[in-house]
Amino acid sequence: MGILEVKGINKRFGGLQALGDVNLSVEENTVHAIIGPNGAGKSTLLNVLVGKLIPDSGSVMFDGQSVLGRKPHEINQMGISRVFQTPEIFSDLTVFENVMIPCFAKRDGAFRMHAISSVMSEKGIRAQAEEILADVNMLEKRDVVTSSLSRGDKRRLEMAMCLVQDPKLLLLDEPTAGMARADTENTINLLKEIRTKRGITMAIIEHDMNVVFSLAERITVLAQGTPLVEDIPENIKGHPKVREAYLGEAQV
Amino acid sequence: MLGLEKKDFRLLLIVIGLTLFAPFILNPFPAGSELAQFNAGYPDLMQRFVIFGIFAIGFNILFGLTGYLSFGHAAFLGVGSYSAVWMFKLLSMNVLPAIILSVIISGLFALVIGFVSLRRSGIYFSILTLAFAQMSFALAYSVLTPITGGETGLQLALDDPRVLGAAQTASGNIPVPALFGLEMRSSYEMSVGAWTFTFNAGYYLAALIMVLSFYLAIRIFRSPFGMMLRAIKSNQTRMSYTGLNARPYTLAAFVISGMYAGLAGGLMASMDPLAGAERMQWTASGEVVLMTILGGAGTLIGPVLGAGMIKYFENIFSKINSQILHDWFGFLPDGLEDFVVTLIYPFVGKGWHLTLGIVFMLVVIFLPGGLVQGGQKIAAAFRRKKSEKASSGATKPAE
Amino acid sequence: MDQFILQILNGLDKGSAYALIALGLTLIFGTLGVVNFAHGALFMMGAFCAVTVSKLLTLSHKVVDETRTDFLGNPLQVDVPYLHDLFGPALGDRLIDWAVPISILFAIPVMIGIGFIMERGLIKHFYKRPHADQILVTFGLAIVLQEVIKYYYGANPIPTPAPEAFKGSFDFGVMIGFDANAIIYPYWRLVYFFFSLLVIGAVFAFLQFTTFGMVVRAGMADRETVGILGIDIDKRFTIMFGIAAAVAGLAGVMYVPINPPNYHMGMDFLVLSFVVVVVGGMGSLPGAVAAGFLLGILESFASTSWAVNLLPGINQVIIYLVAIIILLTRPRGLMGRKGVMEE
Repeated sequence: MGILEVKGINKRFGGLQALGDVNLSVEENTVHAIIGPNGAGKSTLLNVLVGKLIPDSGSVMFDGQSVLGRKPHEINQMGISRVFQTPEIFSDLTVFENVMIPCFAKRDGAFRMHAISSVMSEKGIRAQAEEILADVNMLEKRDVVTSSLSRGDKRRLEMAMCLVQDPKLLLLDEPTAGMARADTENTINLLKEIRTKRGITMAIIEHDMNVVFSLAERITVLAQGTPLVEDIPENIKGHPKVREAYLGEAQV
Repeated sequence: MLGLEKKDFRLLLIVIGLTLFAPFILNPFPAGSELAQFNAGYPDLMQRFVIFGIFAIGFNILFGLTGYLSFGHAAFLGVGSYSAVWMFKLLSMNVLPAIILSVIISGLFALVIGFVSLRRSGIYFSILTLAFAQMSFALAYSVLTPITGGETGLQLALDDPRVLGAAQTASGNIPVPALFGLEMRSSYEMSVGAWTFTFNAGYYLAALIMVLSFYLAIRIFRSPFGMMLRAIKSNQTRMSYTGLNARPYTLAAFVISGMYAGLAGGLMASMDPLAGAERMQWTASGEVVLMTILGGAGTLIGPVLGAGMIKYFENIFSKINSQILHDWFGFLPDGLEDFVVTLIYPFVGKGWHLTLGIVFMLVVIFLPGGLVQGGQKIAAAFRRKKSEKASSGATKPAE
Repeated sequence: MDQFILQILNGLDKGSAYALIALGLTLIFGTLGVVNFAHGALFMMGAFCAVTVSKLLTLSHKVVDETRTDFLGNPLQVDVPYLHDLFGPALGDRLIDWAVPISILFAIPVMIGIGFIMERGLIKHFYKRPHADQILVTFGLAIVLQEVIKYYYGANPIPTPAPEAFKGSFDFGVMIGFDANAIIYPYWRLVYFFFSLLVIGAVFAFLQFTTFGMVVRAGMADRETVGILGIDIDKRFTIMFGIAAAVAGLAGVMYVPINPPNYHMGMDFLVLSFVVVVVGGMGSLPGAVAAGFLLGILESFASTSWAVNLLPGINQVIIYLVAIIILLTRPRGLMGRKGVMEE
């Protein structure tokens, strides 16, 4: 039984079957990649997992509880954090504030009035935030307003914001999309480091085969809204069905 | 100090100093001199400075932090005024219960309106608040006349019950608002040479409350709650994917700022015990928007400065007429004098709204941080010049 | 039944004004994505175009009339409009009488010009800024415009009558078979209604049947795609802004005989027009028009003594109430497209 169990998910948009009978199981303590050509339904699936879309039928269980019908913030409180294709950070705030906010969310829940106490008197939160910034090598940038960060730094900051919550499952939506080669390598290394250091369960949606095969421990191939194969990376590489689905798009 | 960082504490001290010595600062011209009409240190205007300061500080907690632009905040001010006057009518002329009630009632009112309006964001939120405020205004003006006094406004009468106080004074007049016997309108005049300074009880009560409100606003800005509000303005998507529910945060901010508006309304009624529906009209809501943006939305001191500036424009700047202009530019040759006066005249005196509109547009276009940001930019430019000079001076000998 | 028709008719003139302003607002919002709080000011500027024209037409010089004397017995000085000198008294008076309709010819180029200047000079720089900034800067502009008008025309309403031929009322009831005096309707309001239909029809025809309109409609639906096609959409959007300004201006010109214009009439109409746009659906042109008429008529029904007795104050709040209900239950409005400014 995986930590995330997706069973028989269907989703139609008008006449288009975006997801058809999707079953997926993400085991605890693995890196599970979901790949597939454009329009395979990867993003739709992800949006179902985080509560942004509600499927027409099927069930999504996380850690023994149903995810369906819950709001994104409730799903996060259950222990799922999400990294976006383009980093979603608080761009008017400083790096340090950006990582403190998830710490508060983890400690105090979805809402708590702290209108009178000072942020600066929260020693525990500050220590936590400093620690994670040190982990991702951003401590010296702690007082920078994040809108002026480089793209690579924004990505690292977003990861830090997710990791500081110590999620049971980290969802990554094409974490290297649009990145230069060097930045992609850096991100892969960062993710590998997180994996070995923290042992976090991850589900990655990715286009870049290089990224997928350097990280994934299990791979699901999605095509036209349905899972084609699920297996370990070695078996996926040469799989004829996968080659067919990609029509030579990926030279693996 | 007081749980504040050094920088904020200094700001608080500056505000305390300014409000404490306002009767001096605002009366720079000797009484009886030609320029005395530009003295702003009379009680009525000074009261308005601080009361609208409170209103703007509260509005800034909503708009400056969360970015939700309400076009209906005057409704809360109006509700606050009505509540205070009712307290004067029914209970006593003591301002304390009146002010407390106005804060509570406007808070409840804001809770209801905020609960509905905050289900939408962006322009829809602005229009919802606008619609609610206009509705309140229309109702206060017509159907609710028994509660609001309709067109004439809500006034005190000789036959009001005032259960904890006298319905009328010994001489048969309507009593005036007071704080445990200290009448709000009582003033002490001090003459120093040609200058006259007025110290008014009502002003100092309002100023004290403004300082407290300002202190509270600093605490809110620097609190985790304030940080969450800024996070909402910055990125709501990340907010919810971080496990935070934005709506209770925005609602809390909305109610707090509504209570500030109610406090301002209650104080207004305490200084002059009547309340009219026009206080709730959307142009009045627009005024607090102007104040906040002009001074600097999201900055601590900006809204107070903006409120002061607009009230100064409205009451003092508007007095400049063509005669005064001719006096000022009398040193110029006649033809040039007339030309300069005609050029300036549309922008001063009764035309102060025009100047205000232009300044406001310039601020929105070039200075999103308002006049406070403008001041900081100028200060930074000066510092840079200084350091350039210093560094060039220092490097010269080395060459 | 006659009451019913009367209320519908009563709602038509206000509804027409709402519809025209809301149409312009929607054109601007739909094409440029800009929330224009200065649109009410454009309506007001249109009204003052009519005032200006009527003043220009009555420009006079003094002539001593030997045949009459004033109360002191001196020969009377009378004002003779220059138009009398130019075209003779008969045609001159005719022109003065028709000042308001003539203003249309004057207002169209003026309003389009104002629209161009506004868009190129100010609005253009706000496409990429948040809606709150757009609201604020156009709000500031509205203040400036109305203060300029106040400076030149004063603060009091300026009565500017309709042509003699359209003054007074007619008995519409008799015409459709009711008792006499059941439905009395002023001529000019009917003129206003048909005029607004004409303008609305012209705008829709323009968008529907010209290539220019087709491109603009495509741009409203998907700006990026049109941009990719290499069409210079910006220039067309500037022109659309001019047209929207002209529509608001025309609404203002013809409204003058119904309500003497003053400098803040724009703000009064703006608030309601925004409500209309929201009810109709942000970005939907038919929605704006339909909601304009609908709310005008609803307002008129809510003002009947029957409605006011039933729900005191309903006449004051009906429009806002409808807007609140619509916004909460159907955020995209009656006919709005999905996804326009929704969360």
